[in-house]
Amino acid sequence: MNLAWRDIRHKLGRFVLTCFGLSLLLSVVVMMAGIYRGQTSDALALLRAIRADIWIVESGTLGPFAEASSIPGDTREMVARINGVVEAGSITMQNVQIERSGRKVRLQVAGYEPGRPGGPIHLVAGREITRSHYELIADRQTGLAVGEMIHLGRNDFTVVGVTSGVVTLSGDSIVYMTLRDAQQLQFDLAPSATRREAARGAQRTQTDFVNAVVARLSPDVPPEEVAEIMRRWKHLSVLTGTEQEVLMTRTVIERASKQIGLFLVMLTIVSAVIISLILYTMTMDKIREIATLKLIGAPDRTIIALIVQQALMMGVIGFVAGTVLVYLFKNNLPRAIVMLPSDIATLFGLVIVICLLASMLGVRAALRVDPGRALVG
Amino acid sequence: MAANTPSQPLVEVKGLSKHFGEGESRVDALRDVTISVEAGEVVGLLGPSGSGKSTLLNAIGSIIQPSEGWMRLDGEVVYDNRWLSRDLRHMRLEKIGFIFQTHNLLPFLDATDNVAVVLHLAGVPRGDAIKRSEALLDYLQVGHRKHAWPSQLSGGEAQRVAIARALANRPRIILADEPTAALDSVRAGIVMDLLRKLAVEQQAAIIAVTHDDKIFDRFDRIFHLRDGRLDDGGDQL
Repeated sequence: MNLAWRDIRHKLGRFVLTCFGLSLLLSVVVMMAGIYRGQTSDALALLRAIRADIWIVESGTLGPFAEASSIPGDTREMVARINGVVEAGSITMQNVQIERSGRKVRLQVAGYEPGRPGGPIHLVAGREITRSHYELIADRQTGLAVGEMIHLGRNDFTVVGVTSGVVTLSGDSIVYMTLRDAQQLQFDLAPSATRREAARGAQRTQTDFVNAVVARLSPDVPPEEVAEIMRRWKHLSVLTGTEQEVLMTRTVIERASKQIGLFLVMLTIVSAVIISLILYTMTMDKIREIATLKLIGAPDRTIIALIVQQALMMGVIGFVAGTVLVYLFKNNLPRAIVMLPSDIATLFGLVIVICLLASMLGVRAALRVDPGRALVG
Repeated sequence: MAANTPSQPLVEVKGLSKHFGEGESRVDALRDVTISVEAGEVVGLLGPSGSGKSTLLNAIGSIIQPSEGWMRLDGEVVYDNRWLSRDLRHMRLEKIGFIFQTHNLLPFLDATDNVAVVLHLAGVPRGDAIKRSEALLDYLQVGHRKHAWPSQLSGGEAQRVAIARALANRPRIILADEPTAALDSVRAGIVMDLLRKLAVEQQAAIIAVTHDDKIFDRFDRIFHLRDGRLDDGGDQL
């Protein structure tokens, strides 16, 4: 006779409500763990989309994500001539904000040379950019569809393709355009400013700058070897793909990761306290029944099993429901949620341990109950 | 376990005392109480509030530890200025059945399982436990309510289920604390008649604490307690 299950069945509505509340609490814990992983995933998404073996950036900088970087536009031709480089492409990165359907949308504009590294890897709709101006490929997260037009800078751009899964560190969506358009968007002055510059006799400044050059190498050439050759140029800095990934995950998002990690720990502690209080209250609610059981001769193990089994049932149901909830709604959340099986298993184990420890408070109270309490009218 | 011989009372208490606190705050709840109850006997414990009735019942039921004295239950000396039994819980399970003022049925078990739970704790297989529980409920004329929840039972029905639970392990000693307090006079009479019948048929000793003067005539003897002392050796009725 399983007393724990009988008690739950008797107060099923209350138990279901408690589990629902707990599942919401645990869903926040699972979500926070998902955001923690999602941040790393977001950080690497753009890098992995570009699939560069070598990143060439401004001398003394860790660009283009960790620090600002600006290098001459012809750097790509120098890089392409190095032995072992299969292909190279120039890229620019810049943040813009547009209004769409009355909402402000943050975008990162990536400029690239179509046919060279730096552009989107795969399209889920539409086609590649084929015209040299005013065409755009947008990430699915932007909500832009093929054929739509958006106004950027002084020009209207037509969405010709849609890619997916590429976001910035802060979770903003990415749009791709040709390098030339991106440079115009970034460096061209407004007509009034151009007229003012001409009036004061200023020379027209060069705008052929890029933020970085990315290169793909022959598979049999070690990236470190090629990077060493380029480092001798002095006026440029070079990062291998691996170094760029380490930089992104360990340095750029380190503070944010620590913050989310701290929230995760605090949420877990808060959950543990709340679970303890719920279990303690559940135990205190049936203190008379526990006293009766002790009076009629129930051993301690029966009382302990009653409390611990209920704690475990509550923990398992709450965790599973919470995880399912996150899984169902994760695509509707503003930040990427990545749920790794190993993380879910670890959190599940943690919840079980918390439930076991939390039930000890109730068990302690139950074991101290005087059987004579059942006799009190 | 020592066997009870026909000449030995089922409950034998000698010089039992219980005090709470020490020094000026010391309260003597029981003072040198001596009683014995034979098999088949139904005795009542009477007295004003605070006279020590419940303390005596709890001491016999091994729920509280007496301060001094000697006690033999069902042929086994269980207390001689200290508990001699290592497992009081098991002793309660085997030897003693409790009937409470309020029925104290477990609200999450139906009538049958409220009885079967005692057998389950004693290690009786589930099937046998259910059969024995249903038979007991039939015997107590509440078999037709075997699947009812405690909240669905009337006061009399609930008390009969509680009596069935107290009898499930066939204990030789039944301790009842105000067993008829929650019942009207007709049902109180039915419950007391039932206890009397059980005492005779199962050769059990029944000790009941009561204030209910409607049932005084159902006891074989009545012990009067006042300030923790027995007034006499028990009025024979």
